[in-house]
Order: sequence, then C-alpha cells, then structure tokens
Amino acid sequence: MVIGGGPAGLAASVYAARKRLKALLISVDIGGQVNKTLGIENYPGYQFIEGPELIDKFQTQVSQFPIDQKIGYKVSRLEKSDDGFEAISEAGDRYQAKAVIFATGKSPRKLNVPGEAELTGRGVTYCAICDGPVFAGQRVAIVGGGNSALEAALDMVKIAEHVDLVSLTPLTSDAILIDKLTDVKNITIFTEYQTEKIEGQDFVNGMLIRDLKSSEGKRLEVTGVFIEIGLVPNSAAVSGLIELNKWGEVLVSCACETTVPGLYAAGDVTDVPEKQIIVAAGEGAKSALQAHRYLQRLAT
Amino acid sequence: MADRKVVIYSTPTCPYCKRAKDYLSRKGIPYTDINVAEDREKAKEMIQKSGQMGVPVIIIGDNEIVVGFNQSLLDKLLSQ
Repeated sequence: MVIGGGPAGLAASVYAARKRLKALLISVDIGGQVNKTLGIENYPGYQFIEGPELIDKFQTQVSQFPIDQKIGYKVSRLEKSDDGFEAISEAGDRYQAKAVIFATGKSPRKLNVPGEAELTGRGVTYCAICDGPVFAGQRVAIVGGGNSALEAALDMVKIAEHVDLVSLTPLTSDAILIDKLTDVKNITIFTEYQTEKIEGQDFVNGMLIRDLKSSEGKRLEVTGVFIEIGLVPNSAAVSGLIELNKWGEVLVSCACETTVPGLYAAGDVTDVPEKQIIVAAGEGAKSALQAHRYLQRLAT
Repeated sequence: MADRKVVIYSTPTCPYCKRAKDYLSRKGIPYTDINVAEDREKAKEMIQKSGQMGVPVIIIGDNEIVVGFNQSLLDKLLSQ
C-alpha cells in the first residue's frame, strides 16, 4: 500500500507494480505540492516543464499498471495489525496491507488564529499563485517573511491596490527579493508583528495584528489574506506508531525504513534533507524496492 | 453527460486550473474557460456562484459546482 500521490508515492507505485506487487495507491490528490509549482527546470530530461504537466506524465505512467487507485481519500490513521497494517480513511474505510510506503508529503502551515479556518476560501488562501489574480485592485495582507511570502508580495504589488506584508520575525527571505521591494510604493512591511485574528462575515474584511515590541494592536482593512509561513509534514496518521523528529518529520534510515518493520517512508514527509521532486522520486523508488525485499523475506 | 455545458473559472497562473483543463480536454469534454484575472465582473460572478474566492471553479450544467480540482468528484459528476 502506498499512501500519498506526490512524486515519492507515484515513483513508489511504478516500482511496486514493476515488481508485480499487488499495489494500492491512496491519496488526497495526485501531484501534491508539484501542483503549485509553475515551472520546473531541474528535473532530468526536461529543460523546462510545468508542474501540472510533469504530474500528468507521472499519472499516465502509473495508470499503465494494474494499480488500485483511491484518489480523493485521506488516510487519517495507520495502525499495526496482526497481518501487517491497516489504514483507516477519514470516511471510515479500512484498507489492509503487508507493507506500507508512507509518502504523504507536506502541506502549508496554518496560522491557527481565529477566523482562519472559517474564512478559508473566502479571502484566506494558501496558494498565492492560484488565487492572487482574483484579488486584483483590492487591499490584501500576506503573512510570512520567507521566500514564498516575498515572492507572493512581489506578484501582488503589481495587481493589488495595496499589500501589507506581516512577518512574525525580521524578513528571512533572500536579500535579492527584499531589494526588489525597496522602491515599491504600494506595500507596507510589518516585521515582528503577530497576526492575531482574521475578521469577516461571509468574506474577509480585516485582519488584526500586534506589534511584538510595543504591544500596540492594529487593524488592517484587507479583503484577502495570503498565508505563506512554510510547510508542515503530513505525519499525523502515523504519530505514536513510528518515531518523528521535532518538526514532525518521519525518521528514516538510508533504506527508507521507519522504526516499524514493513513500514517505509519516502519524500518530503521524512527527515531526508533536500525537499526536491527528484529527491522525492528517488526515495519513492528506493522505498518500493525495499518493501519488495521485505515482502520476499516474509514469504520465505 | 449528454449536452450539459461545462464552464471553468480560472487564472492563467494557477497550476490546479491547468490540471483541471487538461483533465477536461483529455476526456474530450468541451468547456468554456473564463479568465477571472482579466474579467473582474466574471470574478464577482464566480464568487457569488461558489460562495468563495478560490480557483478553479467548475460549473457543470445548471447547478453542479465543483470548487478546486477535485478529480474524484468530477469523475462522478461527468459520468452521470
């Protein structure tokens, strides 16, 4: 069973199928973070390819094999069973397997402030490149101080009436991005400000922030809030079952083994350094080959 | 499926929109693409119809509204 449909999970599925393993692929989506990647220039064989196009190619390849695909299903819990493992989906469906490859990747980090969940999709977004243009001519806030926040800010100043950039820390992005913002007129940068609340009835109409130094509060009159504060590993389904590091990443050996035999992990959800499509795909391949060896050992 | 009209509200920079359009093309389903980055009125129409501001929004026939590229839901609705 492969859980996760990004580069790691898709590569693992192909390798598993080629080893004639009876494979089941369960995932909330196909492509994961690559869906949000506009251009890729560092994947072998392609000088330039768009994220969605690369994913389509992966998916077409996977679909050539007799792999059961459960797309749109989220595994909320993975448990050890007498005969291997059991995955339980959010809807309560249960799936069994003798070996599991856990490749659920990462998701945008949430602010965890009042109003955020209620107004997601109603002004609050985690995909600036997707939804940015919908906010043309409006005043928006971008929360974050890293590269993705600054890149979102640089895109939005071109089309928004005004951009408020709110960062909990001093800006941590590459200096070249900060330089590009110095001459921009329609941006206000709030560093060392805490975001406290997102307000609105049906749609966002404001955001409350607080200066960490003076404790002074402020309301930003914005209709859009773009949250770009990094990523968190999707490891909740295996917490308690296997060891995670302090960031919640799954600890793996160089053979993709977790702390439970038969359960392998691959890609961005693991503590393997460098979160790259090519690295994830490679780890996915490795994990499937290791799972195959494990199943062979079980059979003898 | 027969003759239900399919409309997609999208932005040119949104990768999920591209995947959704590729998906429809691959299935041989004709669709009308509305670029809400260019057309503010249509953007408002999308927000009013879907009750939210994220793209893509796909409208099938008169009343089926799919928010985001939800492939399993699209499979289901388009096979009806």
